[in-house]
Order: sequence, then structure tokens, then C-alpha cells
Amino acid sequence: MAEELKKVDVVIVGTGWAGGITAAELTKKGYKVVALERGKEQSRDDFIGAKDELKYSIRYDMMQDLSKDTVTARGSMKETAKPVRNNNYARFGNDTGGASVHWNGVSLRWLPYDFEIHSQTVEKYGAKKIPENCTIQDWGITYDELEPYYDKFEKTAGVSGEENPVGPPRSDKYPNPPLKTTPSIELFKKASTNLGYHPYRLPAANMSESYTNPDGETINACMYCAFCEEYGCDFGAKGDPIVTVLETARKTGNFEIRNESTVTEVIHDGTKAIGLKYIDNITGTEYIQPADIVVLAGFVFTNNKLLLKSKIGKPYNPETQEGVIGKNFTGHFSNISTYIGARGFFDNEKWNLSMGTGALGAKVDDFAGDNVDHTDLDFLHGYEIRYYHLGQRPIDNNHVPVGTPAWGKEYKEKNLFYHNRSLIIRAKTAFLPNRYTYLDLDPTYKDELGDPLIRATVHYEEQDIKRAQHGVETCKEIMTEMGADIIDLVDVPDDVKFDSKFYTNHFLGGAIMGEDPKTSAVNTYSQMWDMENLFVLGGSSFPHNSNHDPTETIGAFAYRASEGMIDYLGGEGGLLVEAKQTSKA
Amino acid sequence: MANNNNPKTESHDPGRRNFLKNTGLVVGGVAGGSLLGGLFTNQMKSDEGKKGKSEDAVKVDPAHARVFFGRFEDFIVLATATELIFPEDDNGPGAIGLDVPYFIDKQLAGTWGINGDDYRQAPFTNLEGLKKIEKADEKVNHSRANRGKIFLEGLRLMNAESMKRFDASFDQATEEQQHEIMSDLEAGKLDMKSIPSDAFFALLKQATLEGAFSDPLYGGNKNMDGWRMKEFAGARPSYADVIESEEFVKLDPISLTDYQRKK
Ligand SMILES: Cc1cc2nc3c(=O)[nH]c(=O)nc-3n(C[C@H](O)[C@H](O)[C@H](O)COP(=O)(O)OP(=O)(O)OC[C@H]3O[C@@H](n4cnc5c(N)ncnc54)[C@H](O)[C@@H]3O)c2cc1C
Ligand code: SF4
Repeated sequence: MAEELKKVDVVIVGTGWAGGITAAELTKKGYKVVALERGKEQSRDDFIGAKDELKYSIRYDMMQDLSKDTVTARGSMKETAKPVRNNNYARFGNDTGGASVHWNGVSLRWLPYDFEIHSQTVEKYGAKKIPENCTIQDWGITYDELEPYYDKFEKTAGVSGEENPVGPPRSDKYPNPPLKTTPSIELFKKASTNLGYHPYRLPAANMSESYTNPDGETINACMYCAFCEEYGCDFGAKGDPIVTVLETARKTGNFEIRNESTVTEVIHDGTKAIGLKYIDNITGTEYIQPADIVVLAGFVFTNNKLLLKSKIGKPYNPETQEGVIGKNFTGHFSNISTYIGARGFFDNEKWNLSMGTGALGAKVDDFAGDNVDHTDLDFLHGYEIRYYHLGQRPIDNNHVPVGTPAWGKEYKEKNLFYHNRSLIIRAKTAFLPNRYTYLDLDPTYKDELGDPLIRATVHYEEQDIKRAQHGVETCKEIMTEMGADIIDLVDVPDDVKFDSKFYTNHFLGGAIMGEDPKTSAVNTYSQMWDMENLFVLGGSSFPHNSNHDPTETIGAFAYRASEGMIDYLGGEGGLLVEAKQTSKA
Repeated sequence: MANNNNPKTESHDPGRRNFLKNTGLVVGGVAGGSLLGGLFTNQMKSDEGKKGKSEDAVKVDPAHARVFFGRFEDFIVLATATELIFPEDDNGPGAIGLDVPYFIDKQLAGTWGINGDDYRQAPFTNLEGLKKIEKADEKVNHSRANRGKIFLEGLRLMNAESMKRFDASFDQATEEQQHEIMSDLEAGKLDMKSIPSDAFFALLKQATLEGAFSDPLYGGNKNMDGWRMKEFAGARPSYADVIESEEFVKLDPISLTDYQRKK
């Protein structure tokens, strides 16, 4: 029998940005908050001298321990899903701070088009423009309503950046100026400008200068040390939950993180959540932590798994298209949304590519969202073109022109020659939801506690493929203008299928937000329609995937949700937004 | 390092002694075997030491003894194969000179060799199923056999194939003959039970690159020469003052040993 603990105000699964922001905001208001974190305790001290590529980037030391729990994946409903067995196919967060610690820091706002994607598409192009199986829907909120929360996140994380020339309006500039630039970044910008595009610097949660955020947390200036993506920061120079929100919460005296605590179930009475059931990984003892508000911020897979296991909300059924939990799963899938583009080899240039920062670089948004007219395009939404200067570590970067032998003398020669002479620019593409791409529980494989793994079924629609191919073409155009001697495309074939790779950690949906409980799981405060004191935070609430990275939007919605929770606890409870009936069903 | 001069230790490794004799390394080397020169420089020095040279000449790295590979024969196939993938040339040492075989031996003896961090619940994918998987690393992930078993099977198969085709063990085959077997391995033409052979090639290559370019603390990348060849500066704390440079900035690499000593 699980031991029942003393009730607290708020209990949270997970300590990433989503859980951390909630913890900071509620503890600042005097509420007692407990966060349950399955991974180990970690602090800045763990990252001093953590410049070990084999340990962190090849053996994935900071990532989820897949021997205990993983996901299964398949490319269509006809296939049998296989489990993701090794971290080279899944880089999910695990310890204090979650993936929000080993992230790059690319901090982007989404577009006004994103939040009203259905109505704006219908208005501009007519309902027929939406492909048959495409399940885009409005979020129930506008960009303007979300803007103050974006601003808040940027100030907390200390984003360094410059105005996006084709971006949405901002109420304030970035809290820090852009990071230093490099010759290869300038080359990318110059080439893009020559072609009539509007490049700008990647907004980065790596500090261009020492910075103190509104909560009083100081984040140091970035050293461009190049051990950033997949690493904790050696210098406390990356905006992450450990140096910001978790520290802010700790200082209030109202916060406790319980590490090595794996949450297994939401305990509820059918209408209200009572608390969270978890197991102490070290002793095996089971506990129930009751609370007035229960928050799921354990990333998209855990959030969905807990809802399904705890039988909260109606599971989505792709045959009937009824139900919600598991619906509109999307992501930046590796072979269609992220690791595609053009690699250029330059015989007469040599750059300092060993140096860099997680979010050092520049991008072009001319094809983002609905920035170009889609009337004559065979896809909706868009892509952005990116050049990163994040530090080419030597095990991970062994690029040789296509046609070079894979081993031996010539291989070695070219591998060494081009190490500091090759650049890749990538198209980061949106992925729109479709009827056949969803999450449910796997019928075969179990986690170490005997619960079913979550299963992802991912079907690429034609428009997703066309969008990606368009992006690769633009990469090629820019790389040609940059003057590469050899250009190899990382192309998207017409028959490309999901590769079961969860490498980007940009995965979304399953407990999506909206205005209508029939078609959404939560409202825009991330409050569960079916259970008013249960809040489900993070990318799981996004009804689709933009071309932009998700984390800043996760952060913005966490601020909004925290505001809702504070209202809920201070008022009489109930739903924070009135449900609307938008669908005919 | 008195142990290395201990005749008892020497005679406890008949495999190596035979190897030295068979390849003729002691008297000058043969075509394929000469690839291995670097690997045994240490031992040869130690032999010389025995003959009465000064203690200084005896520089055997005490961290370099085999822990995973019981059979010297398997280890020699491994060494030969890694050197074929990443050979010594004008740029600098190859896999053997970088101590890559010892790196791989150590890795196979640890968590990685038994897939200890991976999800390992059955059902796994059978060989037919593995052949249908596109990516080589995924074939390895979904095999029932762990990396240690895959390595042993693959290396022994390469050796057996060499014996069968050329009547010579893999390490003693000519370079041309070795190339033929590696090419067949790479093309998936050798029949393995655990995974398709192209996936073993990919695993072997990945492990070789890891050994060449990881921090020397793991036993490879000897003297940081792998990094030097790539002009990679290692675990440097900061590039803040040089990142904007228009010119390529060449810096001496720093290893984690240096880095941690600074603290
Ligand atoms: C290498 C890498 C680079 C990235 N770079 C960027 C970038 O540049 N820009 C960007 O926008 N995004 C980036 N991302 C994505 C970004 O990391 C995530 O969007 C973000 O961290 C999500 O925050 P979260 O709070 O929802 O989840 P997380 O930060 O992952 O936190 C979830 C926490 O919940 C814990 N947890 C899960 N299940 C349980 C359970 N059952 N019981 C207890 N605890 C549990 C986990 O251990 C984890 O600590 C990157 C991701 C990776 C892996
Ligand atoms: S590059 Fe900058 S932000 Fe990233 S780990 Fe190094 S110092 Fe920290």
C-alpha cells in the first residue's frame, strides 16, 4: 500500500522549464510546492569541466535512462511498433532541470498564424485548402494575448537577440544584445541578403553579457566553450531552470524537489485530482502526495502516459476520430523537419568551427508560417533556414563529400581536411497534425514497473514532405550563393517515412488546448476540462508544430498557467475559461 | 614498472609472442602485419629493455592491457580493422598509434558493451527484420545480441573469412586481401547471425572514430593526436576572446586531465 503524505498546495511532476516556472511563480505567492523528479539531483557543480564529448554527446549521460522507460514507435497503424532502445534515437530529459538544462537555448516566439491557424487558413485560402486528414485547429488564444508571457520568459531566461525583421510585434526588445558573430555567420547572412531574404541572429538563452533577471538571479556571460547542446553549462551562462526558476523557488523556502521519485499515477475521484502516486527509485517505497492542485509537467510522453493510465479524459481513437488524449501528436521529426538541408564543402576557407554556443547562429524567416502566400504551394505552414555555429565536436562531426570512400586513406584525408571547412544549413520545418499521427499505450512493451510504454504512431502526409523538399531547395540556393565548392543535399525523398527517431526532443500534442472540450483536453491556462484542479503543461498542450522551436512557447504558457493556478487557489475554484462548443460533432 | 620486465609476465602471453614471431615483426615486418608496428612498439621496447637497455626505454602504458578481449587473436583482428578504417598517414597516427584498439576493448568491457543503458526487453527483431531497417545504428539497437557479442562474432567472422579465402589470418593477409574483406563487410555481404554485416561495419567505424577523437581519459586519442590532426582544441574553457577572429586560430589542445588539474 502506498503511504499517504501530508497535503501540500501544489504537487508537480518534473522540474524542467514547465515545472520550474510553475514552482517559482507559486512559491513566490507563498504556496507550498513539491516537485517530484524521477532523475538525480544535479546542480551547477556537476557541470564544471563537463567537456567530455563521449560521455555527454555519444553516450548521452544526461538523457532519460531508457533501460527503465522508453517509448515505442511505428510509421503507420499497420506496423508493429518497436521500442526506442538507445539514446541515439531519443534525447529526453531526466534529472533536475530536465531537457531544459541540456538544451541549446534557441528561444523563439511562435507566429500569430500559429495560434489561429485554422481560421486564418480558411479565411485566406478557403476551407478546401486544408488537406483531408489534416487536423489543424485554433488554440483558443491569440498571439497578442500570449505576448506578455513571451516577454516574461525572455526576461527570466535572459535571451540575447535582435529584432526579427519579418517577425511578429514585440512589446519590448530582448533583454540582452545578440551574441558575438563569426565570419561563417556573416557569410550566411550576406548570401541570404543577396537573395532578398531577411536574416537575423538566432535569439539565444546563452548570455551575451552578464545579466540579472527580474527574479534577481544572475546568469554569467557565455564563454563560447562549444560544449553546450547536450551539456549543462560550465559557467552558469545558459538560461536554464537550475540557475533561474528552480533557484528562485528554493529561495522562498516554500519549495521542495524530491529526486529519484518516479510518478506513476494521478489519484483522483473522477472529478478532482487528489494527488500523485510515486515510487522512490532507491527504496521502492510507494507514496501518495496529495495537493490542492496537481501539475503534470513531465514532458509530452509522461504527461500522456499518466493521463491514459489514470483514465483521465477520453482516449483518442483514429478510426472514429473521437476522444482527445493522444490526439494531434506532432514534432520536429529528424528526417523531415530538422536534419535536412545542404552541406557545403569549401576548399579555400577555414573557420573556427571548434568554438561556439548552443544557439549561436542566424536564420531566415521569409518562409516561416504563412509569411509567403500559399495559394500556389502544395502545403500549409512553412519552414525557416538556419545556420548554427554551435561548436563542431570531433566524434560527432566526420563529414566528407558524398562519393568519398567510407574508410581508409582517402576517407581520413578528407575527414581531416574538411573538419573546419564544411558548413551545414538546415531547413527546420513545421509538421501539421493529421488523423493518423497520435499517441496511445503500447500493447506489448512495458516499463520497469510493468506499465505499458507510450506508443507513437507517426504518419507523414504529402504536404509535410512537400514543405520539407521546398526547404531543402532554399538551403541549396543559399549554400550556392555562399560559394561552396561541393554541395551535398540532405534530401527528403518522396517516399520518406518516419524513422522512429526522437532526437530533437521537440515533440508536442496529445493533451492539446482549445476552446471546446470535445476537441481539446485543456484550456489556454493548461487546465484540464475534465478535472479543474489538474493542469497539464508543456508541449503536450500544443495542437500543432510550427517551424519554430517549442521551448519559449512552453515557457510562456507555463507563466499563463501559473497565473491561472494562483487565481484558482485564491478564488472559488472552477474552470478558468468557459467552455465553448465549436465543433459540429 | 618492474612488472613489464618480468619474464613471467612475458611467458604468460604466448599468443603475443607467437604473433610477433609469425608476423616477423621482430625482424622487420611483412606487408599486412607492418600495419601493426605501432601497437607493439611498447612491447618491443620492453623486450629490448630486457636485453639490458636502460629503464627509460621501457615505456609500457600500464593502463593498456586487454580486459574485454580474452583472445589475443580477436584483438589483433580488431587492431588491423581499425587501422584499415583510419590508417596512419602524413597527417599523423592511425587507429593503432592512437590506441584505438585499447579504447574499444575498455568500452566493450563496460556498460556500452552490454547495452546497459538501453531498453532491453524482448521481443527483439530477428535478422530478417533487421535487414529491413534502414539505419545501421538501429540494426544494432534492435538486435538481441549486445555489442560485445556482435564484436566477437564480427571479428571472428572476418578472420575465418580470411583463412577461408586466403589461407591467412586477417592480420597476416595482404593489404589488398584485407580490403576485400572489409569491403564485403561494409556491403553487408558477410553472413552474421546477430546483425547484417554492414551494421557491424558501421559499429566498428563509429567505435574507431570514438577512440580516435574522445578525450584521452578513455584510453584512446593518444597524446591528443586525434584532436591535433583535426585542429580541435579539446576541453578549452573559453573562446570568448577569439571566436570573432577572421583568421583560423590554431590552439594547442587541452584534455580533461589538464582541465581538472587547474581546478
Ligand atoms: C539536445 C537538446 C537541445 C534542445 N535545444 C532546444 C532549443 O535550442 N530550443 C528549444 O526551444 N528547445 C530545445 N530543446 C527542447 C527543450 O529541451 C524542451 O522543449 C524543453 O526542455 C521542455 O521542457 P519541459 O519542462 O516540458 O520538459 P523537461 O525539461 O524535459 O522536463 C521534464 C522533467 O520531467 C521529469 N519526468 C518525466 N517523467 C517523470 C515521471 N514519471 N516522474 C517524475 N519525473 C518525471 C523528467 O525527468 C524531466 O526532468 C532541446 C532539447 C534537447 C534534448
Ligand atoms: S557555450 Fe556558453 S552557454 Fe553554452 S555551455 Fe559554454 S559557456 Fe555555457
